[in-house]
Amino acid sequence: MKALIEKPEKFDVYRRQVVKEMESIGFGSLGIVAIISMFIGAVITIQTSYNLLSPFVPLYAVAVVARDSIIIEFSPTIICLVLAGKVGSSIASELGTMRVTEQIDALEIMGINASGYLVLPKIIAAVIILPFIVVLSMVLGILGGLIGGVASGVISAVEFAHGLQVRFVPFNVTFALTKTVFFAYIITSVPAFHGFYAKGSALEVGKASTRAVVYSSVALLVADYVLTQIFLA
Amino acid sequence: MIEIKNVNKNFGETSILRDVSFVCEEGKTNLIIGGSGSGKTVLMKCIVGLFEIDNGGIYYHGRSFSELNFTERKEIRKEIGMVFQGGALFDSMTVEENLAFPLTMFTDMNKNDKRDRVNFCLSRVNLENVNKKFPSELSGGMKKRVAIARAIVMNPKYLFCDEPNSGLDPQTSIVIDNLIMEITQEYGITTLINTHDMNSVLEHGDKIFFIYKGQLWWEGDKETVLTASNKELRDLVFASKILREFRK
Repeated sequence: MKALIEKPEKFDVYRRQVVKEMESIGFGSLGIVAIISMFIGAVITIQTSYNLLSPFVPLYAVAVVARDSIIIEFSPTIICLVLAGKVGSSIASELGTMRVTEQIDALEIMGINASGYLVLPKIIAAVIILPFIVVLSMVLGILGGLIGGVASGVISAVEFAHGLQVRFVPFNVTFALTKTVFFAYIITSVPAFHGFYAKGSALEVGKASTRAVVYSSVALLVADYVLTQIFLA
Repeated sequence: MIEIKNVNKNFGETSILRDVSFVCEEGKTNLIIGGSGSGKTVLMKCIVGLFEIDNGGIYYHGRSFSELNFTERKEIRKEIGMVFQGGALFDSMTVEENLAFPLTMFTDMNKNDKRDRVNFCLSRVNLENVNKKFPSELSGGMKKRVAIARAIVMNPKYLFCDEPNSGLDPQTSIVIDNLIMEITQEYGITTLINTHDMNSVLEHGDKIFFIYKGQLWWEGDKETVLTASNKELRDLVFASKILREFRK
């Protein structure tokens, strides 16, 4: 941790690394995030409609529940869980391979702070880019809910649009984005630790990668519970 | 000059290096030889600071390396070039970027100067038209040559090579050996090589240190290694039938 925050050898090189990592972690995940968000948004709307089917509940309530579910839990937590698998395994295997092929040793011999150079840009990039990805996921999830709801005939577009505006709490978005920042740190730092300290052969890199995904997913869920307790309870 | 004084290194309960002391000759080719598992790679990694020693000291021109922290070691590390067993080239970078990387991190050279320096180092190891290639596109011998070029790009005072011949055919091994010797002599670098390649030992060992079971067992040069009376050393040097015949 101490090595991570040491003064960079060349600030400009680190800045370029952050941009490169933002491209890899953020833009590289756009496709999967878009697909998952659209489909889950549609499923949440249809299932909510199925559960709330009652003459005493207004139809627009489906949109209210779908909106809040997507904003508070689905987009920040589930999307970050998916990214813990995608980004986490990639980080752990990249650093693990660098470790077992002595590339990290080569950096250290040159006098470069290897953990600072390899890990810090990934953490900074994720903390910056993931909130944008989560906001995009929120928008696409709600859009998927609208399309799914209308296509399956459970709610009209007008009712859905009305529901989206009822009892909207802006703090929910703040809470979701705050969670995302914590999750971004977890899904980059935990795999980075496992990859950076991998030992042995290619087999060990694979094991480190698996461990990284499992540990970061569990840590993310624990953090989700703790943050929800702090902010909403 | 690199001085190793009473170095001990343990991994848990296992003692790997025991009271190893020697002095590397300045501007010469120094070889650490020994069988597999004798501790020579651990010794080299201790000397360059990749492993921390348990006792003793490592001195670069009288500067105690082992007592310095990471930041304080940076200055000495800028004087070190290392060729790893597998090359350890950065996969995500082209050959040119691999060589330019230390220049970018530690100098204020502009793009043209860096390109000139990179091209000079590549031509010094007899490589051309590989600037834009990735390490995965190179042969084993080419990777080793790029690794040597990267090691000398910062004009190091000390060059460390961990088994530079491993995995190479005999002809390429000789090319790599000769290249390291030429560079050592040309730039007056103090070179330390880990090897069990007998061709390197007999041709290039200005100074030879034989490590056996984690201890310095014998010290000499390419002239005396053939006549050494030490049994363990003789077993290593004359392990092949041809060399045994040659000795007779």
